[in-house]
Amino acid sequence: MERIPILQMGQFLIVTIQVDMHDRLALTLQDDLTSRISATNAKGVLIDISALEIVDSFIGRMLANISGMARILDAQTVVTGMQPAVAITLVELGLSLPGIKTALNVERGMQLLRAALGDRQADPEQDDVDAPVEA
Amino acid sequence: MPDSRLPDLIARHEADLLAQWAKALSAAGATREDLMKPEELRAQCADLLGSVRQALQRGGNDITGQGWEKVRELLTEISRTRAQQGFTPTATASFVFSLKEPLFQRLRSEHAANPALLVEETWSTTTLVDKLGLFTIESYIKAREDIIRRQQEAMLELSTPVVKLWDGILALPLIGTLDSARTQIVMESLLQRVVTESTDVVILDITGVPTVDTLVAQHLLKTVTAARLMGTDCIISGIRPQIAQTIVHLGVDLTSVITKSSLADAFKVALSRRDLMVVKRKAAAAGAQA
Repeated sequence: MERIPILQMGQFLIVTIQVDMHDRLALTLQDDLTSRISATNAKGVLIDISALEIVDSFIGRMLANISGMARILDAQTVVTGMQPAVAITLVELGLSLPGIKTALNVERGMQLLRAALGDRQADPEQDDVDAPVEA
Repeated sequence: MPDSRLPDLIARHEADLLAQWAKALSAAGATREDLMKPEELRAQCADLLGSVRQALQRGGNDITGQGWEKVRELLTEISRTRAQQGFTPTATASFVFSLKEPLFQRLRSEHAANPALLVEETWSTTTLVDKLGLFTIESYIKAREDIIRRQQEAMLELSTPVVKLWDGILALPLIGTLDSARTQIVMESLLQRVVTESTDVVILDITGVPTVDTLVAQHLLKTVTAARLMGTDCIISGIRPQIAQTIVHLGVDLTSVITKSSLADAFKVALSRRDLMVVKRKAAAAGAQA
């Protein structure tokens, strides 16, 4: 079965979506990612969707869900490289994805994740909290 | 009217008709010599009358038919140029309608002995000229609408410039009322620039927006959300006191957006986001020495 690869880089997991997302693929990704987060004890997830040109409300909601699940598993999620057309579509669909962090490209996304992680390491009390307060 | 005598009549008295038509035109005040040379007008009249005759001879008085193609083209061209030259609709319509008078006079003198035929011919002529006149007005209005649409497009392009203030800082000075179509264009051009300039902060300046109602506020929020989804911060600036009052009275929630009263304030915030600052040269020099 078709799968989206999940790469590990230190404490982070990186997912680049390079094919058209259909619903089954999205659900598989959701399954794989949550099990990888708990298996690798990752602290951050970066989802790059710069190659994604078509989204629907389901994919939009799935992004929000993944980010929510990752947060419960104590990992921050950053979505990077969203195309203008995709952003406009999501806004028109009424999906403003309020809980998700976004960045313009992968580099900035990694900066954001490192910064978020650095904050948390500086403040060890927060490590015990399941859903850390948003920066 | 298969046995119409009209084409025959026009052919026999073409020069006469033209002279009378010109007279009727100037009587109706449709000549407008300030906008158009008399020779040009005469040439148009001759062209039109000639092609009407040919079309009638070819048969049928259904002006949407194939035989009338040339007449339709001529009328479209005439009304289009008239719309551009600034003729009034009345003057444009009178151009065709004033053909009636010479035609009727001619018919009357031809068929004076046969009143029944005269009435019949007059009726068919008047319906024909009416159709031509209406067609002229229709093309006139279409031409005007074209002009209006072109101007709207030009205005859209003019009124949505995306300005680069600094590396990674874009500004979008909005001028005029925001409607859905404009918001769409603003959003698209802004987001495109966000990608190409790899922007951190965008400042939406609404100093030039005369009024903000719920719809405009919603459009602004949409733009801000779309920019955020791409990973860029948005600041709304240039909010005048009256607009602040309206926004609160309308119950629009702008708490999720950074708002500043002037573009300068917003620029300061944008600079601090990028860890930059502006200092006076003397102070900087003193700081360097110390």
